[in-house]
Amino acid sequence: MRLAVLETEKCIGCQSCMFACSRIHGEAGLSASCIGVRSIGGMERGFTVIVCKACEDPPCAKVCPTQALTSRKGGGIHFDADKCIGCGHCRDACIIGAVFWDDETNKPMICVHCGYCAGFCPHGVLGLQKREAEDAEQ
Amino acid sequence: MLNNDPLENILYIDLSKRMFKVEKRRDLFEKYMGGAGVATALLHEECPEDCDPLGPDNPIIFAVGPLTALFPLASKTVAMFKSPLTGNLGESHCGGRSAVAIRMAGYGAIVIKGASSMPVYLSIASNQVYFRDASSLWGMGNFATGRIIRENETGAGLRAIMRIGRAGEKLVSYACVTSETFRHFGRLGLGAVFGSKKLKAIVVSGKSSLPVSDKKIYKKIYDEVYKAAVDSPVMKKYHDLGTAENIMPLNDFGGLPTRNLKEARFEGASGISGETFAEQYLGRRLACSHCPVGCIHIAALREPYEDEAYFYKTSMISYDYESIYSLGSMLGISSASDFLKLMDKVEALGMDSMSLGVILAWATEARERGLISEKETGGTKLEWGNVKEYMKVAGYIVSQPNDFYKALARGVEHAASIYGGENYALAFGGNEMPGYHTGPGTHLGAFIGARHSHLDNGGYGIDQKTLVNRKMKPEELIDILLEEERWRQVLSSLVVCFFARGIYSPELVTRLLGIAGFDLSTDDLQRIGREIHNEKYRFKIREGFAVDTLRLPERIFETPSPINWLNERYIKDALKYAHKTILKELDAEH
Repeated sequence: MRLAVLETEKCIGCQSCMFACSRIHGEAGLSASCIGVRSIGGMERGFTVIVCKACEDPPCAKVCPTQALTSRKGGGIHFDADKCIGCGHCRDACIIGAVFWDDETNKPMICVHCGYCAGFCPHGVLGLQKREAEDAEQ
Repeated sequence: MLNNDPLENILYIDLSKRMFKVEKRRDLFEKYMGGAGVATALLHEECPEDCDPLGPDNPIIFAVGPLTALFPLASKTVAMFKSPLTGNLGESHCGGRSAVAIRMAGYGAIVIKGASSMPVYLSIASNQVYFRDASSLWGMGNFATGRIIRENETGAGLRAIMRIGRAGEKLVSYACVTSETFRHFGRLGLGAVFGSKKLKAIVVSGKSSLPVSDKKIYKKIYDEVYKAAVDSPVMKKYHDLGTAENIMPLNDFGGLPTRNLKEARFEGASGISGETFAEQYLGRRLACSHCPVGCIHIAALREPYEDEAYFYKTSMISYDYESIYSLGSMLGISSASDFLKLMDKVEALGMDSMSLGVILAWATEARERGLISEKETGGTKLEWGNVKEYMKVAGYIVSQPNDFYKALARGVEHAASIYGGENYALAFGGNEMPGYHTGPGTHLGAFIGARHSHLDNGGYGIDQKTLVNRKMKPEELIDILLEEERWRQVLSSLVVCFFARGIYSPELVTRLLGIAGFDLSTDDLQRIGREIHNEKYRFKIREGFAVDTLRLPERIFETPSPINWLNERYIKDALKYAHKTILKELDAEH
């Protein structure tokens, strides 16, 4: 199961998911969030909801010089914080902007696709999907 | 409060010297929690007696609270200043991203003093303030200003951009400050205070973490609050049709001010009802940060260009009950698209739609009665329902080509003092009336409310729920209003949205505060609410306010309200009692 943005247009921009993500990482506030919800150039145009896509062949892992980021079977990333040197290449490689940064530790925040955030989306914008289902749709 | 909570940080900015500093003011937050309480204390500290609201000494104070970014629905920023409209306590609340952004930038409050010699905007992040040249933004409307700052600054999704339009620059006494395009510090003229300081905008952003007393209990209580928010029928109401839902019920009740309150029922109400907007125009719903309710309703208005076929302009325009009343029924406008066109213009100029509507309504009636003519209006026709002309007048109030428009730019109280028609100049304590003619509760509430807002004590609700069923002695009504206003000091010090007041019970509040390290009982909360209310009144009295000298616009007694025993005697008796009670309360504290 992987986290997916099911219906962006239903996003009202409340950012409850971002706070949920921080909470599941043990933090109140926003510093530990792996989700980004921002307007598309003004709230009148709606929102873009940025979450890790769980790429089959993730660019972030490809550019990691220390193998701190490695591919997980079935998509997504495993992050080994001990190996990370905080170079930031992964953040640059992720062109959708889903590698978030923890300024306090100077290391990336990587989504583990736990789906906790989806439980706090009031309109079903976020949800967990099976990879097969996703593939079938495409 | 917890030791490492950044809430204690107050950012002081001096626009004259282009300097800033951060001071730890734990004392204030421990005493008043945050929001309205802390802002009132800062107003006492920072605002010199009798200062000119448009002079450099008038402070702009923003405050958020301990629950902001910790729990849902605590996402309002309280602004405090001396109002250029009333010359007294100015307090205005705004949602959007403002409160969460200030809290996440690491501050509990921001105090801005002085005045810049040239247009500037402030870019605020954790431990840093940049003074940016805003010369090229001066003269621009709210939408364009937001767009340019958005592109020039970082922090998308984590920031608030609070800005003024031309009304603020031109010091219109009821100019607003707009945040996130559609949310406002709407009332009492904060926009003019910005303008007087040559402050075009403030962008603030941050992404920090906050301490909690117990992580496990925090998550548990959070779930409880979140569930209550999404499951509550009240919150569903605000999400579905939004506040505009109230148009039809208030009209049926006979409490919808129409054509300058010459009537309290509008024959065209269904054209501007919440249902009509939702069915024909609703384009998007939005939420403030950390609020799953999403009460913000945005209409999509598609208009053809008259000069060329197949060219359309699609505008996104926010609507709410209060603006529909003031720029709709109050002006005899019965078409949703007409209302939206006017609203869009008012948003771009950056004015309080409530005050403006009441002023336009007064001016229309004054023209009807021959107090003003086209000599004053410069040829513009003020007539009920004529939206094109109202749009022109809104523009003239900002550009101020003659004395008449200069007078309108200072509010209805001022305009009527020059041109007459005071008996139908609908201001309460100098602030233009809200959209309720429901009975004595609403009017007394606006008279005695510390900021003369319907939200100070919700008097319109008492009319509809209680007074419609039973008569009440003036003393009892005043006691209820004061009690409610005191409790609302607690909510607005925690910057909890008043729409969530049913969820944030005193018991729940004490538990939530426990997570933020505040050990307060429900009795403590009641005491703090009372103290804050007294502090506000202390400021008001210092600046020359007295309940017993309030001007009562006779119109409210002439037009029948649903509570048929509303009369002048009753209101006067009630105000006399309110005056005594408030003074007694202040004496007792010392």
